[in-house]
Amino acid sequence: MVLTKRIIPCIDVDLDEDGNPAVYTGVHFEDLKYTGDPVEMAQAYNEAGADEFVFLDITASAEGRETMLDVVERVADEVFIPLTVGGGIRTTDDIKETLRAGADKVSITTGALERPELVNEGAKAFGSQCIVISVDARRRFDEGGEHYVEVDGESCWFECTKKGGREGTGIDVLEWAAEAESRGAGELFVNSIDKDGTKDGYDLPLTKAVCDTVDTPVIASSGCGSPEDMYDVFTEAGADAGLAASIFHFDEYSIEETKSILDEREVPVRF
Amino acid sequence: MSTVPESPEEALASVVVVDYGLGNLRSVTRGLERAGAAVEITDDPDAFAAADGVVLPGVGAFREGVENADPIREDLLAVAERGQPLFGICLGMQMLLTSSEEGTTDGESAVEGLDLIPGTNVRFSEGQKVPHMGWNDLSLERDHPLVEGVDGEYAYFVHSYYAVPDDEHAAVATTDYGREFPSIVANEDGTVFGTQFHPEKSGETGLQILRNFVEICADD
Repeated sequence: MVLTKRIIPCIDVDLDEDGNPAVYTGVHFEDLKYTGDPVEMAQAYNEAGADEFVFLDITASAEGRETMLDVVERVADEVFIPLTVGGGIRTTDDIKETLRAGADKVSITTGALERPELVNEGAKAFGSQCIVISVDARRRFDEGGEHYVEVDGESCWFECTKKGGREGTGIDVLEWAAEAESRGAGELFVNSIDKDGTKDGYDLPLTKAVCDTVDTPVIASSGCGSPEDMYDVFTEAGADAGLAASIFHFDEYSIEETKSILDEREVPVRF
Repeated sequence: MSTVPESPEEALASVVVVDYGLGNLRSVTRGLERAGAAVEITDDPDAFAAADGVVLPGVGAFREGVENADPIREDLLAVAERGQPLFGICLGMQMLLTSSEEGTTDGESAVEGLDLIPGTNVRFSEGQKVPHMGWNDLSLERDHPLVEGVDGEYAYFVHSYYAVPDDEHAAVATTDYGREFPSIVANEDGTVFGTQFHPEKSGETGLQILRNFVEICADD
């Protein structure tokens, strides 16, 4: 056997009206929809055969952060598979707090773009294995990039964005991926602003370009609408893990079903 | 479902998780508790001696691990000498060996591991994605009480170096990542052993291994 491809459910955690943690899922760019209690959901996914979890703290407030750490503790005490936590991590103290609460890895987006030394500091203090650098990539068809790939017959580059795609940075994703790896990132988490919420498949040219650039494992994210999309991102783009939210949250496909379909097509998965 | 002991008296065995300043000890502690152990996290050698078993956890680099554990080095060797179960996890397992290629980076002289399982740790070769990160399966090479019920099961790995024991028989299980490497090792009398993967992150398979460990401690 060989190393399996990982199937990772992602849970976006926000505070509900009463200030309690709740899982929300965005559907086709529409309003976030309440889908459950994070700890219960993590337990259910664990039993369903998830290989790992990603928790994203979308509360973006000090109060939300405290609540999130409490959720991380409760999940880590109940569920014995790897847990990655992202959202608002900007300092080595944030990394330390999150790991101490029971996370195995932290996912960092803006904090690392604004101060790349954070990657070195985190890797040195806690080990590369727990530093996941996340990019929110956006396709650009202009001349500002450094590395171009062919997308739908046109030449395009990928730009790192901040604030969930609302703010550009001018930084080429492939340059940043290579830099993050050389600074000590242990894994790259690749989101696509163009594909997010569409459910028409991962951004394959983007994912493939990142996989071809770095040697560290790559988690593909954004756009998964079916097990077929996972198949494509593993076989065509070379991703090591596929992340999905809504197809699992809304029971369109179970994790087991997804793995069975991949297994039938000879993608190695863990049962 | 939960077998977390209500009090230390109800626990099947007492286990010390060695705190030498590295890593997240929370998950391994919770996993051991779930497996029925009463756990104390400490670097106090008296507690090592009093416990039914000792866990040497660890993430990070070999040199840093060995140097951090240096003040308690003789105490860890004494655990093995007394025949108490000593369980190294991930870097903790690599530290049971004699040396590591990782300890020789930057041209500095090599640091010595505990040498309880003679051998060295080497880096995966070029062309392999490093770290070896994710779920991979265990192929049992021989019997050991730690591995009851886990042949062919998947475990969660995160590492860039792997153990090469001098004695081939030290490998209890192997795993394939570009090449076959020992994923569980044990010394000759079976009381010192380790897993390259993280049992506390390996779902039900990992909990089974932790339960087996607690059994070993209880029987001892």
